[in-house]
Amino acid sequence: MLGEGIIKGMAVTARNFLGSYVSEERLTTIQYPEERQPLAEAVRQFPFLVFDGNDPMAGLRCVACQICEKECPPKCIYIEKSKDKKPDYIGKPQLYPATFDIDLSVCMSCQICVEVCPFDAIKMDTDFELSTSDRFGALLVDKHQLAKSNSHYHKIHPTEADEVDGRLAAEKAKAEAKAKADAEAKARAAAEAKAKAATPPVAPSAPAK
Amino acid sequence: MADSLDQIFVTLNHLLAGLAPAAWQPAVSAVISIAGIIGVFASLFAITTVLERKGLGRIQNRYGPNRVGPFGFLQPAADGIKALIKEDVVPRAADKIVHFFAPLMTVVPAFLLFAVLPIGRNMVLVDYDAGLLFFFAVGAATELSVFMAGWSSRNKYSLLGAMRAIAQMVSYEIPLILSAVTVVMIVGSLSLPKIVDAQAGFHSCGLANWFVFTPWGLAGFVLFMVAATAETNRSPFDLPEGESEIIAGYYIEYSGFKFALFFLGEYMGLFAISGLGITLFLGGWHAPFEFLEAFPSWFWFFAKLLTLIAGFIWIRGTLPRLRMDQLMNFAWKFMLPMALINIVSAGVWHFMPHGYERWLVGAALVLGPYVLLGRGLMEHRKLEKRTYRFAE
Repeated sequence: MLGEGIIKGMAVTARNFLGSYVSEERLTTIQYPEERQPLAEAVRQFPFLVFDGNDPMAGLRCVACQICEKECPPKCIYIEKSKDKKPDYIGKPQLYPATFDIDLSVCMSCQICVEVCPFDAIKMDTDFELSTSDRFGALLVDKHQLAKSNSHYHKIHPTEADEVDGRLAAEKAKAEAKAKADAEAKARAAAEAKAKAATPPVAPSAPAK
Repeated sequence: MADSLDQIFVTLNHLLAGLAPAAWQPAVSAVISIAGIIGVFASLFAITTVLERKGLGRIQNRYGPNRVGPFGFLQPAADGIKALIKEDVVPRAADKIVHFFAPLMTVVPAFLLFAVLPIGRNMVLVDYDAGLLFFFAVGAATELSVFMAGWSSRNKYSLLGAMRAIAQMVSYEIPLILSAVTVVMIVGSLSLPKIVDAQAGFHSCGLANWFVFTPWGLAGFVLFMVAATAETNRSPFDLPEGESEIIAGYYIEYSGFKFALFFLGEYMGLFAISGLGITLFLGGWHAPFEFLEAFPSWFWFFAKLLTLIAGFIWIRGTLPRLRMDQLMNFAWKFMLPMALINIVSAGVWHFMPHGYERWLVGAALVLGPYVLLGRGLMEHRKLEKRTYRFAE
């Protein structure tokens, strides 16, 4: 008969209306500023620069290679290379960014800068409350604001950060081993040269390097 | 005590008007009444918007507004301030004068409707002999305002919305008035206070002598409320707005306070037509039971009004929007014949002798057409899986 469906539907809505007062678990709303949903580990919002150690500027992993600047689809990154060099995590002298600006209003959170970075220097942050009341200055984020410690990275993306740390440690160990091997080889060569030098020189025109 | 509470607003009005010189007293008294009506119904509008949003939220298992003020009840103040300070954008191609007057044309007639509604004992602003006629004549002016808004905006969506609104309002005006005609037939008067008086008293079984407790009255009340829903463009008959189809219909080009005025006018129309439904079928300001007559008359009017509004909100939270052809089919193939048969039913009821035969015949005259017409409406409508010819 006409109207049966309407009655059934009204019963459903009435049940939901009354039920929302009776059982709290019906209400899926999260009262946002006071209550917060735990963020998923893969959440990404806006990039930041990772630094090791305690001094943000000295420990920056970024070597100002400008790959991210070139790859950024909306072109929101601006990098100026430094004139001098500073040692990186291995100890090799590298350039560092004299300026590293990201325009917050242009960034589209695509994570391509993170994907292309060969130095694991830029990563995505999870902070999503990025609005400001200043339209111009506050939306251009410089390297002092971008620099965040490795421990912060561990806090927001633990698995990924562990993996990156492992890789970096392995690279460092490899580099150290290589350096050690090189040094040993050098020392051996030097020792041999010394030994040769000790014996009467057969060919003095070819000294050990 | 009960009597003085019942007449408190009337005596207050007399006292205040008495301060004016004698020649001005009628005018002052009228102005005080008008201010009272506007104040009361505008604040009722504010409360209704919050309650509606909270109620719809609870139906959808949400909280609804709960930030501004205690339990979110100051939300309308925040909304009002926002609407006032917003930029008023008028399209360059719009007909500026008509565009400006359209929201006024919705609000002014909507407030005029309250002039003839008896909201309590001795509480009617003007007791016209043809009050019901005045109500429908002024109420029809909202159709004009809707078309003014749709036409003057120079926007295809607003024009489409206005066309839909006109088609819908004209179609539903007929069953609305025909269902009200039954009451006029029984009472023999177009005066709304007289219609209320005709529903005074109680049956011997304790039931109030309201028209809704008769077969033709129940059918008339349901028809009236359905038509009223369509007249006030409320869900499920909110095709003129149709957010998902034509964005916002006829008020797409309205912003800021003009939009708020449309909103206000819509709700005022809703209150007024619910008030008319109460007056015609639910016994006006009379109490539902004899022992409850101690409560003041205006309390009963507003209690019934809030109940009807709650019903409207419940319906809005339940039913999806109709399609245009469903809307028209329902109006012309169901509502109109039902209303016409209901007139016959009321006539038969009036002339049959009192007794259970009258109830049987009356009920048969309502239920029979309902079942048959309902079956006719559902005919050839098999629900089956939809097949798409081009997209799959």
